[in-house]
Amino acid sequence: MSGHVTEIVVFTVLFLLVSGMGFVAARWRRPADLASLDEWELGGRNFGAWITWFLVGGDLYTAYTFVAVPALLFGAGAAGFFAVPYTVIVYPLVFLVMIRLWSVSHVHGLVTPADFVRVRFGSPTLALLVAITGIVATMPYIALQLVGIEAVLKTMGIAGGGFLSDLPLIIAFVILAAYTYQSGLRAPALIAFVKDVLIYVVIMVAIIYIPARLGGWDVIFGRAAEKFAATPAPNDGVLLNANNQLQYVTLALGSALALFLYPHSVTGVLASRNRDVIKRNMSALPAYSLLLALIALLGYMAIAAGVRPIGTDGNTVVPVLFDQMFPDWFAGVAFAAVGIGALVPAAIMSIAAANLFTRNIYREYLNKNATDAQEANVSKVTSLVVKVGAVLFILGIDPQFSIDLQLIGGVIILQTLPSVAIGLFTRWFHRGGLIAGWIAGMGTGMVLLYNISNPVTDHEHFGGSAFQLAKLGLDTKMTVYAGFLALIVNLVVSVLGTLVARAMRAPDGVDGTKPGHYTADEGDPRVKDLDLSGST
Amino acid sequence: MTTPRDTGRRTDRSPWNWLLFVPIVLPLLTFLFNSDEPRLLGFPVFYWLQIAFIAVGVGCTTLVYRMTK
Repeated sequence: MSGHVTEIVVFTVLFLLVSGMGFVAARWRRPADLASLDEWELGGRNFGAWITWFLVGGDLYTAYTFVAVPALLFGAGAAGFFAVPYTVIVYPLVFLVMIRLWSVSHVHGLVTPADFVRVRFGSPTLALLVAITGIVATMPYIALQLVGIEAVLKTMGIAGGGFLSDLPLIIAFVILAAYTYQSGLRAPALIAFVKDVLIYVVIMVAIIYIPARLGGWDVIFGRAAEKFAATPAPNDGVLLNANNQLQYVTLALGSALALFLYPHSVTGVLASRNRDVIKRNMSALPAYSLLLALIALLGYMAIAAGVRPIGTDGNTVVPVLFDQMFPDWFAGVAFAAVGIGALVPAAIMSIAAANLFTRNIYREYLNKNATDAQEANVSKVTSLVVKVGAVLFILGIDPQFSIDLQLIGGVIILQTLPSVAIGLFTRWFHRGGLIAGWIAGMGTGMVLLYNISNPVTDHEHFGGSAFQLAKLGLDTKMTVYAGFLALIVNLVVSVLGTLVARAMRAPDGVDGTKPGHYTADEGDPRVKDLDLSGST
Repeated sequence: MTTPRDTGRRTDRSPWNWLLFVPIVLPLLTFLFNSDEPRLLGFPVFYWLQIAFIAVGVGCTTLVYRMTK
């Protein structure tokens, strides 16, 4: 610990400074009253282009990204670079899809993706499934933010084993929980500025300074290639091979499709002021993709620098690299960037998960006549529960296991695509068909994931997301992203289920939306102040 | 129930939207970039070309945004 005093001091000071901002954020942009979900969760639905850029960026590029993507490149090589095509694909997709969600949410006062499904398909059951999927998929994601902080704390020598060593992590999360409770979405929105500035500074320095010290990019790629050539693993290397290209492509596409189904990304988008803000952001957000590509390559720099991860925790490679390469004070800044980078998304995720509970479980099943203030209160308390859950999660189980759960999270959130994303374009599907498709997709996803083993981490089941097609009886060594196969099953069953339900004349839900609602913009009339009972 | 009137003739549809499929499809064509040579600043094609696709994405979305504003 003694060698890390400067780092710890810099880290702590920056961390506390940002926490202070989190508490002050409640007064930012002066809401008359925070006691409604629109204010607490969506910051008053009034964020402009700049705030949205920082907020959505802070939301999507998490501490886990900064730590895990380079760790993937460190371990497996080119296959880990999927994060780059994934973030290239996601924005044009969102450009087409999310503005419609924004519009319909604006007209109907919707807060969560499950709210939309409720109005669109008139099915509380389908909405409940979407809500539960969202909550279950988000929980391990929050826990992973802790993995990011933990990796940094470990590198500074103040975490590892025993209760006392977990204390810094617990303190960090108590602070986070307190200011999210008080300020809602305004806290992460404000902190996102600081986080991004820190991250940009650190990465810019890292990609110029570290390669210069290591002897240039040629050397870095060369040493990485040497390392992968020396390992027995068949699918690593600085390039893809014939067997993992399909996995690479389906994982990139599948992850892009999944990203904006996550409740926290919906939260970030719905908080913006109008359609123009979203559209403009979709052309500006890729600046983060560039950052991500450079961050990913830190994994190869770590190889070239001869970094050894702490224990078996691969996530520590980037913090260790910073520790070895940077002067102490700057390593402290870098660690703070990762730590704060974890707080922003963790706050937004817990807010989003809490809202799913409030809107689609509490209001739907427990208290149908909940007032705005009651809703906001339930959400605040739930956001605390969600965070406590995440902390227990991380303290109780092996971090590797939480990464596996995150993987499952991606596969299951993808199963809401037919009802949420496709539902934004067409009402062709029958609610019964969508429910059947959800069940089939979810089942398929679980079976596939269960059958993926990983000899490297010694996991017999749930060992990754690359499913071997050979297990389906195909004569090939190719692998494919499990979520993608599950989604195809989901879609096929949804279509068949819809045809069957129509043939049997099963009653379908009432669509509470009109075509014009999907293109409505700021200033257009809302349903909210009229007759709510008819549409929800 | 009363609903607000449909908001005029505004629409999402535009031929420019097809341009958005370029950055969606391009990064999925691994044969374009899965090789080592030619290198750029020491980066194999695999890395620099995929990074270049980010610029293609920005270009396409920005153009569509301007044209459909």
